[in-house]
Amino acid sequence: MNPSSFLIQIPFFPEQASNFALEMDLFYLFLFALTGFFTVLIGVAAIYFLIKYRRRSQGEVPEQIEGHLKLEITWTVIPFLISMVIFAWGAKLYYQMYTPPTDALEIFVTGKQWMWRAQHPDGQREINELHVPLGRRVKLTMTSEDVIHSYYIPAFRTKTDLVPGRYTTSWFTPTKTGTYHLFCAEYCGTQHSGMIGKVMVMEYSDYQAWLRGVPREKSPAEAGEQLFTSLACSNCHLENNSGRGPSLQNLFGKDVKLANGATVKVDETYLRESILNPGAKTVVGYTNDMPTFQGLVTEEQVAMIIQYIKSIGQKQGSGQTATPAPAAPAPAAQEVGRPAAPQTAKPAAPQGD
Amino acid sequence: MASEGIIRSEGRKNYLNAATTVKSWLLTLDHKRIGLLYLFAISFFFALGGIYATLIRLELVTPEGDLLTPEMYNRVFTMHGVTMIFFFLIPSIPAVLGNFCLPLMLGAKDVAFPKLNLMSWYVFMIGGSMMLYTMLSGGIDTGWTFYPPYSSIYSNSQVTIAGVSIFITGFSSILTGLNFMVTIHTMRAPGLTWFRLPLFVWAHYATSLIMVLGTPVIAITVLALAFERTLQIGIFDPKLGGDPVLFQHMFWFYSHPAVYIMILPSMGVISELIATMTRKRIFGYNFVAFSSLAIAVFGFLVWGHHMFTTSQSMYTGMVFSLISYAVAIPSAIKTFNWTATIYKGSVSFDTPMIYALAFLGLFTIGGMTGLFLAALGLDVHLQDTYFVVAHFHYVMVGSAVIGFLGGLHYWWPKITGRMYSEALGRISAIIIFVGFNLTFFPQFVLGQLGMPRRYHAYVPEYQVLHVLSSAGASILAIGFILPVFYLAWSLMYGEKAGANPWMAAGLEWQTPSPPPTENFTYQPVVTHEPYEFEQVPEIKQAREAELLRA
Repeated sequence: MNPSSFLIQIPFFPEQASNFALEMDLFYLFLFALTGFFTVLIGVAAIYFLIKYRRRSQGEVPEQIEGHLKLEITWTVIPFLISMVIFAWGAKLYYQMYTPPTDALEIFVTGKQWMWRAQHPDGQREINELHVPLGRRVKLTMTSEDVIHSYYIPAFRTKTDLVPGRYTTSWFTPTKTGTYHLFCAEYCGTQHSGMIGKVMVMEYSDYQAWLRGVPREKSPAEAGEQLFTSLACSNCHLENNSGRGPSLQNLFGKDVKLANGATVKVDETYLRESILNPGAKTVVGYTNDMPTFQGLVTEEQVAMIIQYIKSIGQKQGSGQTATPAPAAPAPAAQEVGRPAAPQTAKPAAPQGD
Repeated sequence: MASEGIIRSEGRKNYLNAATTVKSWLLTLDHKRIGLLYLFAISFFFALGGIYATLIRLELVTPEGDLLTPEMYNRVFTMHGVTMIFFFLIPSIPAVLGNFCLPLMLGAKDVAFPKLNLMSWYVFMIGGSMMLYTMLSGGIDTGWTFYPPYSSIYSNSQVTIAGVSIFITGFSSILTGLNFMVTIHTMRAPGLTWFRLPLFVWAHYATSLIMVLGTPVIAITVLALAFERTLQIGIFDPKLGGDPVLFQHMFWFYSHPAVYIMILPSMGVISELIATMTRKRIFGYNFVAFSSLAIAVFGFLVWGHHMFTTSQSMYTGMVFSLISYAVAIPSAIKTFNWTATIYKGSVSFDTPMIYALAFLGLFTIGGMTGLFLAALGLDVHLQDTYFVVAHFHYVMVGSAVIGFLGGLHYWWPKITGRMYSEALGRISAIIIFVGFNLTFFPQFVLGQLGMPRRYHAYVPEYQVLHVLSSAGASILAIGFILPVFYLAWSLMYGEKAGANPWMAAGLEWQTPSPPPTENFTYQPVVTHEPYEFEQVPEIKQAREAELLRA
C-alpha cells in the first residue's frame, strides 16, 4: 500500500504529483513533530514554573541560581545534533533535486513579463501551460528574457528561479495525472500574480496524441540550423576549422582550451555566453573577431542555435578532424554529449515508482 | 504640552522640564531627549506602515484584485516593507530604548559623542523625509528587496530616490552603533566590569557591531543599483554585462544580519524584563551574553540561505544551510535560559511580563519555523511562499515589536515618571498576542499549500485562510492602538511612578523618575553583578513592612 494515501487525507498539503512530493511531505511532518514537541516542552515548563513560582509577597527574594554547566552543555549539544539530522535530510533531498537525470525529456522554458513559454523537443510550443507525460523524467532548462521569475509547481514541490543571462534547470517525474497550478514565485512586476498557468500530467499515450495535435513547427535544432545560416554564423564557423572561428562539429560536451590557458566544458551556458559575449572566453588560437549577438536574437533563438550545435555534436565520421588540438575520439563524445533533441522525444522506460 | 502635569507635580528639575522650548528639544544633546525624538519619528513610521498593512489585508480578503490596482498593490506592499524595516524595526529598540537606557545602565552622564547622537537623528529624519517624498511622488514597486534587473531597468517607479534615502538612513544606523560601542567601552561607572553589565547592554554591543560592519554593505549595494539605473553602468543587469545574483549576495550580506539588528536588542529587553519580573539573575548569564556575540558573528555567514532556489551552486547551498543551523543554536540557548530563569523565581504578572511571555511564545514559533526554511530540500517548496512571510513576521513583529512594546511599558515610568493603567496594559498585551497568532499562523498553512507571496490576486482555494488572517489583523490593530491612548492618558493622569516601581536591580532605577538631565546626582559605584535583588532597597523595605505586619 502506498504510504502517501493517508497524507492525502490531511488538508494541509497540496496534492502529491511528483517523485519529490512524498518525501518532502514526510520531511515536513518530521519537522512539525520535532519542533512541535520542543515548543510544547518549553511551553509546559514555562507555564508550570509561572504558576508554581508566582509571587506571593512583595518582599520576597528567591534563592538565586547562577546557572548549571551540564544543563547548558545538554541544551547546546542536543539541539545541535538534531539540527545536523535535519541538515543531512534536507541536503540529501536538495542533491536529488539539483541533479537531473541524463535521460530526461528536455523541455525548454522561457519566462517573460508576464507569461510562460515552453517548447517541447520536437518543436511544439505552448504558452502558460505545460503538458508532461506521467511517469517520465522531465527536465526543464529555463531562462528569462527580462527580469527574474521563478517556476513553481506546488503539487510537484519544485521551484527554480529563471535568471536572465543564465540557464537554470529543474527536474521531476510526474506521478499522478491531473491539472495543477503553475505559479511565478519571484516578484516580477505589475502582473506578477497573473503570471500563472496550468501543468497537465497526462498518460504517455495521451501526451503523444497531444503532441501530434499541436501544429508542429520546425524542431528547435532545425530552426537553429536555419538561424545559423541566416545570421551568417556559418561564414566563419566552417566545418573543417579553416574559418575565422573554431569548428562547431563534434564540439558539445567536450573540454576546450581557452586563450587564457583555462579549460572550459562546452555546455549550454558556455555556448550561450559565447553567442552573446564572444570575447568572454576565446578559444586558444583564435582572436575575438565575432560581434555580439546581444539584442539580435531572442532567448528562444539562442536556445535553438544551441540545440543545433548540440545536434551536430552527435554527428561523427565525416572526416573533419583537422582540429589544432586533437579532438576527443567520437565514442567519447557520444558518452559526454546528451541525446539530440529528436531522440529525447522517446525517453527511456517509465520509472518504477 | 503633555509634560506640563509632570512639571507641576515634580518639585525638582528633570530632563523633561529642564527646558521647555521647541529649540531646547531640537538642539538637545541629552541622550534621553534624543531617544524621545526617535520615539516620535518611529511611531509615525509604524503608523504609516500599519496603514499599508491594513490595505494589504483588506485587498486579500477576496481572491480577485478588486480593491487596489496591481500597480497600487505592488507599491503598497513595497512601502509596507521599506517603512517597517528601515524606518521602524531597525531604529526602534536601539535608537529609542537603547539611547534612553544605555548611559543610565552604565552609570554615565550621556553617550560618548552626544553631538554625533543628535546628528544621527537628523540624518535619520533626512532619510525619512526623502522616503516620504518617494511615497508622495508615486512610491516604489520593487519589493523591499529591490531585486534587479526589475529594480534597475524595468520598474517604472522612484527606485533611485528610495535607494538614496536608504543610503542616507544607513549612516544614522552606523553612527548610532559606533556611539554605543565607544560608550560601552569608555563610559562604564567605577566597578562596572564587563560581566557586571546588564544583558541589555551586551545585546546592544552585539547589535552595534552588526550596524557598524554590515550597514556600509547595503549602502554600497543601493548606490550601485542607483548608478545602474541612472547611468546604465552594468553591475547587475545581464544585458549590460552585470550579474543579477551578485545583487542578491550583496543585499542579503547586510539584510540577513539586519534581522539580528532587529531581534538582538529585543532579546536584551526580554532578559531585563524576565530578570526583574521573576527577581532572579538570568540563568546562565555568560551563555546568554556570549550567545548575543555568537549570533552577531554567525549572522554574517548565513546570507546564502535566502538564495537556495536562485541558481547558486549546490555545494554553496549546503554550506549556507549548515551554518544556518549553527546560528539557530545560540537562539535556542537563550530561550532555554529564559525559561530556566523562571524556575524557583518570584513571578509577577505585570504588563512587561505579559509582553515577555508573549515574546517567548512567538519567538519560539518564529525560530522553530526557521528550521524548516534552512532545510535545503524543503526550502525549495517553501521559498517565496506565505510560509516565509509568516516566519519573518513571527520573528520581526512577534519578537522585535513585542520586545519594543514590552521595553516601552517597562521603562515608561522611568521615561515619563508616570504609571499607565495596569489592567489596560495587560489586556492590550493579550489582544496583541491573540491577534498576532490569528493573523500569521494561517499564513504558515497558506505557504505550505503553495500560495506565493506578493500576489495581488490569488486562486480561490486560498480564500478561507486569507479571511482568517485579515480577521486576526483587525484584532491586532486594536492591540496596537490601545496603548497609544492609555500611555497618552498616563502622561496627564497616571499615578506617580517613583524611582523604582518594578523593584528592579538596574542602575537606571537608582535615580529619580524622570531622571535629571545629568542622569545621576552622585557618581554611581558598582560593587556587584546585575540582578542582585537582595540589594534592592525597595524590596528590603517591603520585606520589613511585611515583617512588622506579621
